[in-house]
Amino acid sequence: MTATTLDTAVVAPAAYWTRARKTGLILTVLGVIATVVFGALASSRSAHFSFGTDVSGAAMSIPGRLGAIVFGLVALGAGLALYFTQARYGLWTSISLAAFVISSLCWQISRAATGDTIALGLLAQLTVLAALPLIYGSISGVLCEKTGVVNVAIEGQLLTGAFFAAFVGSVTHNPWLGLIAAALGGVLISALLAFFAIRYVVEQVVIGIVLNSFALGITGYLYEQIMQKNAAYNSPGSLPVWEIPLLSKIPILGPAVFTGTILTYGAFLVVAVVAIALTRTRWGLRTRAVGEHPTAADTLGVRVLGLRWANVLMAGVVAGFGGAYFSMVSATSFTKNLTGGAGFIALAAMIFGRWQPIGAFLAALFFGFAGALASILGSIATPIPSAFLNMLPYIATIFAVAGLVGRVRAPAADGKPWVKGH
Amino acid sequence: MTARVHKNLAHAPAMRSAGTRRSPLRLELRGITKRFGDLVANDQISLTVEPGEIHALLGENGAGKSTLMNVLYGLLQPDEGEILVDGRPIKIKGPGDAIAAGIGMVHQHFMLVPVFTVTDNVMLGAEQIRGPGGFLDHAKARKLVVDVSHQYGLPVDPDAVVEDLPIGVQQRVEIVKALTRDVDLLILDEPTAVLTPQETDELLDVMRGLKAAGKSIVFITHKLREVKAVADRITVIRRGRTVGTAAPDAPESELADLMVGRSVLLRVEKDEAVPGRPVLSIADLVVADDRGLQAVGGISLEVRAGEVLGVAGVQGNGQTELVEAVMGLRPIAAGSIKLLDDDVTAWGTRKILDAGVGYIPEDRGVDGLVREFSVAENLVLDTYAKSPNGTRFALNRSKIESGAAEKISEYDIRTRSPLHAVGTLSGGNQQKVIVARELSRKLQLLVAAQPTRGVDVGSIEFIHKRIVAERDTGSGVLLVSSELDEVLSLADRVAVMYRGRVLAIVSPDTPRDEIGLLMAGITGKQPLPADTPGEVREAAGDTETPDAEADGEETAS
Repeated sequence: MTATTLDTAVVAPAAYWTRARKTGLILTVLGVIATVVFGALASSRSAHFSFGTDVSGAAMSIPGRLGAIVFGLVALGAGLALYFTQARYGLWTSISLAAFVISSLCWQISRAATGDTIALGLLAQLTVLAALPLIYGSISGVLCEKTGVVNVAIEGQLLTGAFFAAFVGSVTHNPWLGLIAAALGGVLISALLAFFAIRYVVEQVVIGIVLNSFALGITGYLYEQIMQKNAAYNSPGSLPVWEIPLLSKIPILGPAVFTGTILTYGAFLVVAVVAIALTRTRWGLRTRAVGEHPTAADTLGVRVLGLRWANVLMAGVVAGFGGAYFSMVSATSFTKNLTGGAGFIALAAMIFGRWQPIGAFLAALFFGFAGALASILGSIATPIPSAFLNMLPYIATIFAVAGLVGRVRAPAADGKPWVKGH
Repeated sequence: MTARVHKNLAHAPAMRSAGTRRSPLRLELRGITKRFGDLVANDQISLTVEPGEIHALLGENGAGKSTLMNVLYGLLQPDEGEILVDGRPIKIKGPGDAIAAGIGMVHQHFMLVPVFTVTDNVMLGAEQIRGPGGFLDHAKARKLVVDVSHQYGLPVDPDAVVEDLPIGVQQRVEIVKALTRDVDLLILDEPTAVLTPQETDELLDVMRGLKAAGKSIVFITHKLREVKAVADRITVIRRGRTVGTAAPDAPESELADLMVGRSVLLRVEKDEAVPGRPVLSIADLVVADDRGLQAVGGISLEVRAGEVLGVAGVQGNGQTELVEAVMGLRPIAAGSIKLLDDDVTAWGTRKILDAGVGYIPEDRGVDGLVREFSVAENLVLDTYAKSPNGTRFALNRSKIESGAAEKISEYDIRTRSPLHAVGTLSGGNQQKVIVARELSRKLQLLVAAQPTRGVDVGSIEFIHKRIVAERDTGSGVLLVSSELDEVLSLADRVAVMYRGRVLAIVSPDTPRDEIGLLMAGITGKQPLPADTPGEVREAAGDTETPDAEADGEETAS
């Protein structure tokens, strides 16, 4: 006690380039680009936005050039505000980025070849749909990594889940059984991950990559041998779409959030349950303890390896559901490499979301938005080639993971195998 | 503090959650044997802890004390022997069984989750639950922490995040954690290793209070002074065996002999230093730690030829960063470092070494040795490209090995051959490999950080002699150690570091208490240099109860 009486906080060196200043500067530059470049490139045609899922009944129009310049200035202003005030980081960053995007939209729509309207309802709906597998995948990652097992095998879990859903759904003519099988498919990869990572302390990133290759190979092979030869094994049917009365009529949000298959509602539920359970329950406390300091948990009688096994298997269930999205919602059959790298974006979403369920959920929505925007802008033939628009989620990922998250802190024991008595 | 405990006990019926009140517990270990491969860590150890006694387990590093306690706590399974509680043999398969049997443990390396709050740490594994679904009852858990900490006089803030707490407070959290589990026997594994002398005294008070409350304590340590201060009975362990029991009034020399098995020089014999010109001159040095926070805050020091400058201080007060900055291993934010007449502030490590600086790093496993390399290879890590060990392009293996053989005999390195991997050697012999390597060059300056950490007493003596011998050849020595005894016995001048500053430079004959206060940041005459007192108050208030602050001031005045 004596020693601590006179403790002083160690003073951080007051570096000029704080995170707020750096981000503020970048946002300001983006704002300048938006104002000058987008403003110069835009035509005087108006950009139209409708609130429903189609372009009819356009509800809002913004003159192209004026919109590009005005929103560019908003982006610039918010960037400057962050730079000088160094406060309200989230607020200014969101305003600036949103304004930048709208400025860019004003320019692109005013120059689009085949249309001048964006259906915001459709944009929201596509955003949620594109985000679904990322949500399931990133929550799978959170479940594993919070407990100290690195999960690079999300892609494999999704792919195996997608295959199982398609196959079992076709054989039983029951999409619900397909859904359950998808979960089992995810668990299968999870069990392999747990077996090698926990039981045999294999380097976890390596085993994750190996499992992804394995899942790609085995599902590809089975697809060619079974499904390609007989389409009856590859028609799982699709999950019914449920509209929630009244709520589904809300403009923009209704078609996205209150219209969808069980996987849409399930995603929200999974995020909420995991977020609450991690912070508020005994399971959550122990899971986090095992991910941070397994030996400490062990000395208090927590079964470290048992908990890791349980959580990794649970992660398989979650990712498996995400896999079912591919073969029963976005498509109604399986093809080789159907998931196309979504598992890796989900991994990025987990990191972008700082290993938190809500954060991962928001990150998944952000990535989903980038993808949805690319496909909508592509459909009205805007001046940017669709190849670039399709890169948008990946570019967003790199920027997000590299710079915009700030100090990222993974669970301390993430990826570190734990052996009792060492 | 003892008094306070008694007072509180009088009106404190056990607030604890579950479990019936046990009578004080009698523990008996019979013939415990634990082997790791060829090594017999515990060899037929028997031990009885009577109810309500403080039983000290005394022994050197590596004597097998911690192994024995890990067996008792269920972290390791014994190969032979049995454990009896109140006369009944019990099986302890894991820490859960130990806790259920009324045995708690405070580990040498704290078992706290750094990012959790105190309450979360305390309840982990024995959570307060409300309703179905396993929802945590934070309020109840928090109250338990507060109650137990009041009952036993262990002030902790239940809502503080553990990583923000000073070490001494973290230790209190550990004790509170054990006590909330309703244990009757508490194992304290080297609890004073990380504490300042004053914190140590407080811990000893807490131990007396716990004893008064009917708890038994097993106190593991290698520090004789503490044992004599607090123990009721002493069991000495050497090389995995019990070599004797003693009463606390046995003379220190007798205990030391039991520990080591032969007479040990507790003080290093050395002549008066003959300081020459300054070898190392540090001016206004500022260095940041890994997190970018200021670790060294404007230090000026001078090490002269032919003297040992000892840096004392509790670990984590900037010593590591200071040494790394001197060695060119860490960027320097401000200030300058001069070696003889050269300004070396911007020099790289290789250049600094070549200028005649030897370096014994504090963590030999990480910075001092390549564990997989042989003893011979480790002995030339700095000179492999120089004659006769090799050229720029090739190694001269035979010369390296014959050179290694010489050093192995000169420095008494116990290895089966020069070609054995250095990782297979004991800690003391690994350290001797480093010392041999560093001292075999012609040095101007030796930087020795924790040179005898985790080293057996025999090797400590040897390393100390070599350091003094190096001084006597006219080199300057910068010695950094968190073992105050080591600093006091080796140094010619002692610089006390606290929070990145040198609070004072004193003679090694200064009374321990005075240096202890300096290590705790209390200068006696004035408050801390520089920082505004207002800030100091605030920061202290975050982690300390008003009670504790009052305690601190009493001691300070």
